[in-house]
Amino acid sequence: MIETLQMYFEYPFVRYAMIVGVLIALCSSMLGVTLVLKRLSFIGDGLSHVAFGAISIATVLNLTDNMFLVLPVTVISAILLLKPGKNAKIKGDAAIAMLSVGALAFGYLIMNIFSTSSNLTGDVCTTLFGSTAILTLSIREVWLCIILSVITIGLFIFFYNKIFAVTFDENYASATGTNANGYNLLIAVMIAVIIVLAMNLVGSLLISALVIFPALSAMRLFKSFRSVTIFSAFFSVICASLGLIISILAGTPVGSTIVAVDIAGFAICCLVGKIAH
Amino acid sequence: MSLIKAENLSVGYDGMAVGENINFSVNAGDYLCIVGENGSGKSTLMKTLLGLQKPISGCIVIGEGLKQTDIGYLPQQTVVQKDFPASVYEIVMSGCQSRTGLRPFYNKEERALAIENMERMGITELKDRCYRELSGGQQQRVLLARALCATKRILLLDEPVSGLDPKVTAEMYDLIKTLNDEGITIIMISHDIAAAMKYASHILHIGDYYFYGTIGDYMSSKAGRFFSVKNKGEFK
Ligand SMILES: Nc1ncnc2c1ncn2[C@@H]1O[C@H](COP(=O)(O)OP(=O)(O)OP(=O)(O)O)[C@@H](O)[C@H]1O
Ligand SMILES: [Mg+2]
Repeated sequence: MIETLQMYFEYPFVRYAMIVGVLIALCSSMLGVTLVLKRLSFIGDGLSHVAFGAISIATVLNLTDNMFLVLPVTVISAILLLKPGKNAKIKGDAAIAMLSVGALAFGYLIMNIFSTSSNLTGDVCTTLFGSTAILTLSIREVWLCIILSVITIGLFIFFYNKIFAVTFDENYASATGTNANGYNLLIAVMIAVIIVLAMNLVGSLLISALVIFPALSAMRLFKSFRSVTIFSAFFSVICASLGLIISILAGTPVGSTIVAVDIAGFAICCLVGKIAH
Repeated sequence: MSLIKAENLSVGYDGMAVGENINFSVNAGDYLCIVGENGSGKSTLMKTLLGLQKPISGCIVIGEGLKQTDIGYLPQQTVVQKDFPASVYEIVMSGCQSRTGLRPFYNKEERALAIENMERMGITELKDRCYRELSGGQQQRVLLARALCATKRILLLDEPVSGLDPKVTAEMYDLIKTLNDEGITIIMISHDIAAAMKYASHILHIGDYYFYGTIGDYMSSKAGRFFSVKNKGEFK
C-alpha cells in the first residue's frame, strides 16, 4: 500500500492536490471556530451556494476565468451576511438560509435555461459535490491557493487577539475602542475567499463540513479559545490528508471521503471527551 | 472643560425614548453614581455614553481628549454562548486589547497587569478554568478584572456588585474608591443608595424623579431624604 502511495506521489497532480487540500483545511478550520461561536455555522453553505450561482452565470456568459466574477460576488454576500444585524429585518440564520436556497435555485435555473452543455446534470453535480477537480489543478491554481491561504493564515495570526475579543463580546470590544465592525468585515472577506478556494476541493454542498467539524470536535476536548483553535487546525489537516489519501487509493469521491473522515474524527473526539469527564 | 457632558440627552430604542432631557457633566476625578428604578433607562444611558447606541436627541460632548481606548467597562449582562471555550485568563487578558493598538500580541506589562487584576479580584486560582463553568459571582469578578485591565482614565460600571457576596462587595467598593483616589473617573450604576451616598461625589437620579448634583444637595433633596430614611436601619 505504501508503495502504491509512493507511486501516486510521483505524479505532480497528486502533490498539488495534497498541498491545496491541506491549506484549505487549515484555513477553513481556523475561521471555523469563530463562525461556529458566532452561530454562523451555515455561512459556509450559504456562501458556497452563492458561489455556485455566480459560477452558473459565469458559465452562461462563457467567461474563461470565472474567478473574477465568483470571488467578488461571494465576498460581497459575505459582507452583507456578517454585517452587524442591528438594522437588518431578517436575522442571522434565516438570512443565510434564504440566500443559500435562493442562489442554488437561481443558479440551477440559469444553467438549465441557457446552458449548451450536453452533460448538465454532470456539471451541476460536480459543482455541488466537488469532483476530481482537485486532481486536475494547474500549477497556476496551486500558486493562487498558496498565496491566498498564506495571506489568510497570516492575517488570522496577526489579528488573533482581536478576533477573540470580537467573538467573545462584540459590545464590550467596540465600547472600549476595538473596531468590531472592521474585524467582522475582515472575517467575512477571509471566509468568502476560503469558500471559493474550497469549492474546488469538496464542492459547495460539503464546505460546511470543513468549517464545522474541526471546531466542534475541538470544543469537545478543550476549554480555552487558543487550544480549541490550535487543535481544530491539527484535526482538520489530519482529516483532510487522510481523506485525500483514502480517496486516491480507493477511488472514492474526494469531498465525500474527507467529510466521512471528519465525521469519524468527530465521533472519536466525542468519545474521548465523554471518557475524560 | 468636562470629560463627558450630556446636554438635553434623550436615550432609547428605535426612536422611542426611555430617558429624556438628561443633563449632567462629569469632570476628571469625579465619582458619579446613576440611580433609578428598574427600567428607568440607566443601562441604556450608559450604552449611549459608550457609543454603542445613538442618542435619540440631544448630544454628548466628550472633552479633554478622552478616547474610546481609555475606557474600562463592565456591562450589566454579557450574553456569552453557552458552549464558548474561553479561559478566565484569556478573558481578563482581552481587557488589555484597547492598549495594544495594531500590535498583534500582548507585551510583558500587559500580561503582568492581567495577573495583578486577577489577584485583586481573587480569581488567580481560576486562571485556567473555563468561563462558562464558573458561578455567577465568579463570572462577575472575571469581567470586573477585564474592565480594570482596560481602564486608563475612566471606568463605567453597570451594577458592579450584583451577584457578589458581602465580603467581595465591600472590597469592590473599596477598590473602586481607591482607583478614584488615584485619579480615575468613575461612573457607576447602582441600586445600593447607601453605598452611593458613602462613596460617590455626584448623583444622577433618573426615572420618575430627576436629579443631578452633588451628594450634599442630593441628601437634602426630596428623593435623597426618602431613600436615606428608608435605608437607615441597614446602613452603618
Ligand atoms: N434592546 C432593547 N430594545 C428595546 N427596548 C429595550 C431594550 N433594552 C431595554 N429596553 C427598554 O428600555 C427601558 C430601559 O431599560 P434599561 O436596561 O436601560 O433599564 P435600567 O434602568 O438599566 O434597569 P435595571 O435597573 O433593571 O437594570 C426598559 O423599559 C426596557 O424595556
Ligand atoms: Mg440596567
